[in-house]
Amino acid sequence: MPDLLIELFSEEIPARMQAKAADDLKSRVTNGLVEAGLTYAGAAAYSTPRRLALRVDGLTERSPDIKEERKGPRVDAPEKAVEGFLRGAGVSRDDLIERDEKKGRVFFAVIEKPGRPAAEIVAEVLEDTILNFPWPKSMRWGAGSLRWVRPLHRIICLLSREDGSEVVPLDVDGIASGRTTEGHRFMAPGAFDVTGFDDYEAKLKRAHVVLDAQERAEAIWQDATNQAFASGLEVVEDKGLLAEVAGLVEWPVVLMGEIGAEFLDLPPEVLQTSMKEHQKFFSVKNPKTGRIERFVTVANRETADHGATILAGNQKVLSARLADAKFFWENDLRVAKKEKMAPWLDSLGSVTFHNKLGSQRDRIDRIAALARELAPVVGADANLAEQAAQVAKADLASEMVYEFPELQGLMGRYYSAAAGLPAEVAAACEEHYSPLGPSDDVPSASVSVVVALADKIDTLTGFWAIDEKPTGSKDPFALRRAALGVIRLVLENSLAISLDRFMDAQLVRHKARMIDEVTDSDVEDLIDAIAEYGVFGAAYRTLKEKRGGDATAGLDAMKEALPDKSVDLLAFFHDRLKNYLRDEGVRHDVIDACLGMPGNDDLALLVARARALQDVLSTEDGENLVQGFKRANNILTQAEDKDGVEYSFGADPKFAEDPTETALFDALAQAEAKIAPAMKAQDFSAAMAAMADLRGPVDAFFEAVQVNAESEVLRRNRLNLLNTIRQTCLQVADLTRIEG
Amino acid sequence: MDQTITKPRSFQEIILRLQTYWAEKGCAVMQPYDMEVGAGTFHPATTLRSLGSRPWAAAYVQPSRRPTDGRYGENPNRLQHYYQYQVLIKPSPPDLQELYLGSLRAIGIDMSLHDIRFVEDDWESPTLGAWGLGWEVWCDGMEVSQFTYFQQVGGHDCHPVSGELTYGLERLAMYVLGVDHVMDMPYNDPDAPIALSYGDVFRQTEQEYSRWNFDVADTDVLLRHFEEAEAECARILNHAEDDPKTGKRIVMAHPAYDQCIKASHIFNLLDARGVISVTERQSYIGRVRALAKRCADAFVLTEAGGYAA
Repeated sequence: MPDLLIELFSEEIPARMQAKAADDLKSRVTNGLVEAGLTYAGAAAYSTPRRLALRVDGLTERSPDIKEERKGPRVDAPEKAVEGFLRGAGVSRDDLIERDEKKGRVFFAVIEKPGRPAAEIVAEVLEDTILNFPWPKSMRWGAGSLRWVRPLHRIICLLSREDGSEVVPLDVDGIASGRTTEGHRFMAPGAFDVTGFDDYEAKLKRAHVVLDAQERAEAIWQDATNQAFASGLEVVEDKGLLAEVAGLVEWPVVLMGEIGAEFLDLPPEVLQTSMKEHQKFFSVKNPKTGRIERFVTVANRETADHGATILAGNQKVLSARLADAKFFWENDLRVAKKEKMAPWLDSLGSVTFHNKLGSQRDRIDRIAALARELAPVVGADANLAEQAAQVAKADLASEMVYEFPELQGLMGRYYSAAAGLPAEVAAACEEHYSPLGPSDDVPSASVSVVVALADKIDTLTGFWAIDEKPTGSKDPFALRRAALGVIRLVLENSLAISLDRFMDAQLVRHKARMIDEVTDSDVEDLIDAIAEYGVFGAAYRTLKEKRGGDATAGLDAMKEALPDKSVDLLAFFHDRLKNYLRDEGVRHDVIDACLGMPGNDDLALLVARARALQDVLSTEDGENLVQGFKRANNILTQAEDKDGVEYSFGADPKFAEDPTETALFDALAQAEAKIAPAMKAQDFSAAMAAMADLRGPVDAFFEAVQVNAESEVLRRNRLNLLNTIRQTCLQVADLTRIEG
Repeated sequence: MDQTITKPRSFQEIILRLQTYWAEKGCAVMQPYDMEVGAGTFHPATTLRSLGSRPWAAAYVQPSRRPTDGRYGENPNRLQHYYQYQVLIKPSPPDLQELYLGSLRAIGIDMSLHDIRFVEDDWESPTLGAWGLGWEVWCDGMEVSQFTYFQQVGGHDCHPVSGELTYGLERLAMYVLGVDHVMDMPYNDPDAPIALSYGDVFRQTEQEYSRWNFDVADTDVLLRHFEEAEAECARILNHAEDDPKTGKRIVMAHPAYDQCIKASHIFNLLDARGVISVTERQSYIGRVRALAKRCADAFVLTEAGGYAA
């Protein structure tokens, strides 16, 4: 059983591509080998800046022989037909056998495909892998036509057995396979031969190359934390940076250096971002003060002066970078302190947010107006919320955020504090972008929550207003993320918010910019009316009536422009909510049963209902009640279809014949007495428990009584009784949607 | 071997050493192009010669102008006029990385003490309709060169591919000479009878051009020049290939390309004057790219561009 070693040696591969390339090499080669009939015991792939490597252990020597038969014409068929068959099957007359079939004696061609040696298959698979490798970006070089991520120089393709190793011969665009590779570019120049994986890995290490990226990363992290610890400091963890740096070196050497004293007063996030983005340095902080005081850089070599020259050079570059950052910080602080960020807000008037949705300044004004309306519902101070929304995006025009866009929000917090604004406002500047992803923290401070909601609702309604909804995998404006953000803000803060009202108000604000006929007073009146009536439709009708026939052109244009936008957007929220709740373990049919109930734009209410329903369904009574409900509903629906009437008259207990029937009347009356007040108090658990209590009486009723009785009076009364069951249950949730 | 190489003492010595090194490696050492350009890539020895199939190897210094980078000579490393050293070899030789590292040794960078790294950096020039893959080369964390394998220029696929090296000379020289402010850098030998610093040579011009670039250049005139250059480029290329006077086939790719260079530089000046809005910017870049593309189309129809009658 030979082992296979492959190495593709090239000029420097971008760090971000290495891990996936190693995986791709492994899966493409091993899949190819298996498809061609070989098997193997194990495989592992490796990457360094200059090479991808793959070991495949315990490969079979040959693919198996395959023998197949192909049915031909009858033995008495014309000679032409037999010749045609021989040609098609690629065999000679000697390879034919005869056998009796139902229709007579028939020729069979026996085609034998002998197995092929592993080397032949490996060569084909590797060539195909190289020619079709899925690099995110690839290039040509010199006069060749091969594409690779950077120029490819050497190919090792080696099969090794106990008695030695053989090069698998192949040639890709003039690069012939061999057993030769190179070590570290500077510390061990020159080429050497290898005989198999163990030899390869050991010789590379002697030539100052650590083959395994994971091993390099661990060595870097360990050395960095040790050096920091020795000085009473700690390295700020950054897994992404660690992986990247491990992809930039073959022989990692960790060096810790000082940050100039004049830069230590910069915000730690600025130091960290500048060092990471420009120089790929780790930050080292003093655990007592939380301040970042040093940096760790990872060199690719050892030197006679133990890295002194390298460290001095890096320190110098860092000083130049931090001098820039300090310059931005001081300029920004001046604007924040002296002018309260006003010049930034002015300049955002000429920065386009989206060509159909106006400037950043327009956007800020819309968000501030919505924040004001949302504040009382969330329990925040309306003035503070509006103020926070007004400055939350001011830092987008600052020099620091221009240089480091990832510091948006955070710089806003520093600058708002410097401008002397209240702490809640400063916090909202940073927190209003949250939550960014499913695992990001959700803000809980009321002012931050208001601005975060207003920002996201404004974005969603804006793109809905111009029909730029996400489709398939395309979501360029991250609208799914925004919707999930709203959902998490509402649920995790247990907010009772009827979204319809705020979506409609914001849609009106968006559309007002786009429609000429709409006047300022139209917008004002509409938004007031929406606040009063909860939705656009009711607001529009009331307003139109109030104004009589006069001055309704703007209202009508608005009505024309907003057909079902908020219905559609609410459905989008419900869709995202379903995904979110599914991850939380709520059944999808349970959610469906609750989506159609009144108040479904109040997401917290919707979720409370769904959770209560799921709880009750997990009890035996609940589960059986659903069966009873469905039975009642089916009988009733069939009868209604047949008779063409609705049995909603109200059953009369005096026609009850059977004791179970009487008991059911009583049980329904009792349930109703509990359910109605519970629903009013939005106590879904109590309502559903009362509903589940019906299980016994309903089951007993169906056991003892035939609904479709011969007496028409009795039948009608019983159908009306079933309707009472239906009505009682449906006020809690749409149980028809429950599966099973 | 590294020990035998002495440290250079001045800006000009670094340039001379690069010239000698690349001449020894077989490059034609060319002179700067005699027009204002934003980078060494604009020199026709790079832009046009990277097109077509004929082999090429050239190295040269190119004075480059970036009007928006002017800081009146006060910033330690920002200048509106600076020098690039440019090498272009077609087809890119297999040992181009080694050749490049040799050039760093030649200017006194001791490879046994420094940390040289090739860090992913893909190059794109929207104005030239060009892109390539390569790296920025770091020495102890500082970017000292750009290293690019051209894939496309003027909208044409490069076949064969050229390897391009660009050194930012001031920054590299400051590093090698251990100088913190560009104006303090020795321009000639510091022990020469008349020792001159970079500031002695360029501080005043940095001030003069910074003022002119930002506040004085006549934007109406510039706008007119832009349109004239654009029109002239098109007019040149609209001429028939056959010259009626000599009876020869003469495609005027270079004169047309001069107009493209001119338009590009005028655009940079207008940008520095702050008269181009964000949306207009894209449209100007697109207009220059259209010129570059037409010039590239014309060049591949010339002998140097590989045209065979």
